[in-house]
Amino acid sequence: MELIQLEAINKVYGSGDAAVLALQDFSLTVSAGESLAVMGPSGSGKSTLMNILGCLDTPSSGRYWFAGEDVSRLNETQLAHVRNRRIGFVFQQFQLLPKMSAWRNVELPLLYRNVEDRRRLALSALDKVGLGNRIDHRPNQLSGGQQQRVAIARALVTNPDLILADEPTGNLDSASSRDVLAVLRDLNEQGHTIIVITHDPEVAPVAKRTVHVRDGRLVEGVAA
Amino acid sequence: MSLFHTIETGMRSLLGHRLRSVLTTLGILFGVAAVISTVGIGQASSDSVAARITSLGTNLLTISPGSTFSGGVFGGSGSGNSLTMADVTGLLDRQNAPDIAAVAPVSQGRVSMVSATGNWSTTVSGSTAGWLVTNTRTLDSGSFFNATDVATRAQVIVLGSTTASNLGVGIGDLVKVKQIPFEVIGVLSPAGSQGFGNQDDLAVVPITTAQGQLFGGAGSVQRILLSATSPSTIGSAYLEANQVLLQTHHITDQSQADFTITTQTQVLSTAQAVTQTLTILLASVAAISLLVGGIGVMNIMLVSVTERTSEIGLRKALGATPGDLFRQFVIEAGTLTAVGGLLGVATGLAAGYIVPRAANIAVTITPLPVLVAVSVAVAVGLVFGVYPALRAARLAPIDALRAQ
Repeated sequence: MELIQLEAINKVYGSGDAAVLALQDFSLTVSAGESLAVMGPSGSGKSTLMNILGCLDTPSSGRYWFAGEDVSRLNETQLAHVRNRRIGFVFQQFQLLPKMSAWRNVELPLLYRNVEDRRRLALSALDKVGLGNRIDHRPNQLSGGQQQRVAIARALVTNPDLILADEPTGNLDSASSRDVLAVLRDLNEQGHTIIVITHDPEVAPVAKRTVHVRDGRLVEGVAA
Repeated sequence: MSLFHTIETGMRSLLGHRLRSVLTTLGILFGVAAVISTVGIGQASSDSVAARITSLGTNLLTISPGSTFSGGVFGGSGSGNSLTMADVTGLLDRQNAPDIAAVAPVSQGRVSMVSATGNWSTTVSGSTAGWLVTNTRTLDSGSFFNATDVATRAQVIVLGSTTASNLGVGIGDLVKVKQIPFEVIGVLSPAGSQGFGNQDDLAVVPITTAQGQLFGGAGSVQRILLSATSPSTIGSAYLEANQVLLQTHHITDQSQADFTITTQTQVLSTAQAVTQTLTILLASVAAISLLVGGIGVMNIMLVSVTERTSEIGLRKALGATPGDLFRQFVIEAGTLTAVGGLLGVATGLAAGYIVPRAANIAVTITPLPVLVAVSVAVAVGLVFGVYPALRAARLAPIDALRAQ
């Protein structure tokens, strides 16, 4: 079953002479349970792709079907609901709130959907990433790898259809990187759909399938 | 996000930035405290002016002669000599003027007085026994002259406390006024220099003696002081006095009246209008400081939105709707101003307690300015909090996330 279907997506930034075509006639299909690496050099349009896949931005034209729903024409509030319920994000900069303990950070997305039992869900997500013993630590008391695993727990806690990781190892040393990639691979084996966006060839093998982005266009298969 | 969690999130963020929260709160605090204490000071001075005028006698009415008109030239009001002792007799009639308690004609002039030990120049009033009551004065020692002294043109004098001490005289001593010896029979209790001139530097003699031996002009009276039976009967006392004088002066048309009656209430309301204007002035200054405090809240909230751009972006990515973020920022601004407002009330009340004791400035705190100051502070916080909140709600999540 297809989770994601991009149909002839165009994304234009700016207007007139200054207009930049970040994505051109971009089509992509991802099935539920798949793991996909999106690779490309900087400026290739992969950040734009990540924003559209993550419902952080809407395409200029084309259609985006997410779990059978056309999300390319939703308003801001509706997009916020899709992000909250269906997508978990992992960012290069971790994006943890510094004044909050690990479990409070993991709890955050649950606050935006009025779930009971938030602490139990947060603790179980931290457990899955191997941080069950660090629940009350603040981000600055954790190593970079641990911080990124807290961020993965935060992405997991809502049990989303898709986990979207943007350069998840970009700020980590190689040992921490291996840790984080192992966690992502485990999650995929447990049935989570995972898309990793990266420029690092060592990260791509975490996914079973790799696509390349060049000048806003899709290049399937092995590096061209 | 439920309201409870929005409030909880807002509180966490305020506590997370303590210094910033405290500084913002201070701005509002001082604004509110300034409004409360300046209005309190204005209120107190207004009260004290009223009290001072009351101490001059609230039930006092003063009758002055009308203007003169001779040879085509108007003299000023009060320049005529239309008032006579016959008017005084008429006003003393209980039948025609039941609400008038005391009547005192006054005929005064400045004179030099000489005692055995010194000399002193002051104002001497010729009057009757009613002077003491109409001027709400009391005697420190001795007695005041009575109706017999007035009838017999007795050469007796009652002195103000300052006059007595400057002349170095006491009861039973003699003072000479225009070479005529007067026996000091009484000294007045001090009344202070409140209001109009020094109330303790004066002398009073029977009006008959004054007219006959000091000033001349037998029978003419410069002013007549009346005391109503109570402050509430001033109105009827006014009408009775007016009626009596029209009759004794044989005037039928009110517009031809050759006298003017004024009451202390008129003076009182004028003075109160003046202090009210002052209070409004002070309150406006304070209101401006409250506004400045509000703009301070807006600045801090704007800084906060800019500083927390990446947090806002993250919250958006995790599913915060524009409404969630708007509410969070409005709640933060509202809380800062509400807390500042309440602490401002506490500070204002404390100032109202400390200032009168430390600096001898009276402060009267009334509930109205307190309520107004607090509600304005909260309104200012919400109004100035809305713009930053809108900015936060409208940030695009991708731009916000990149802002690190």
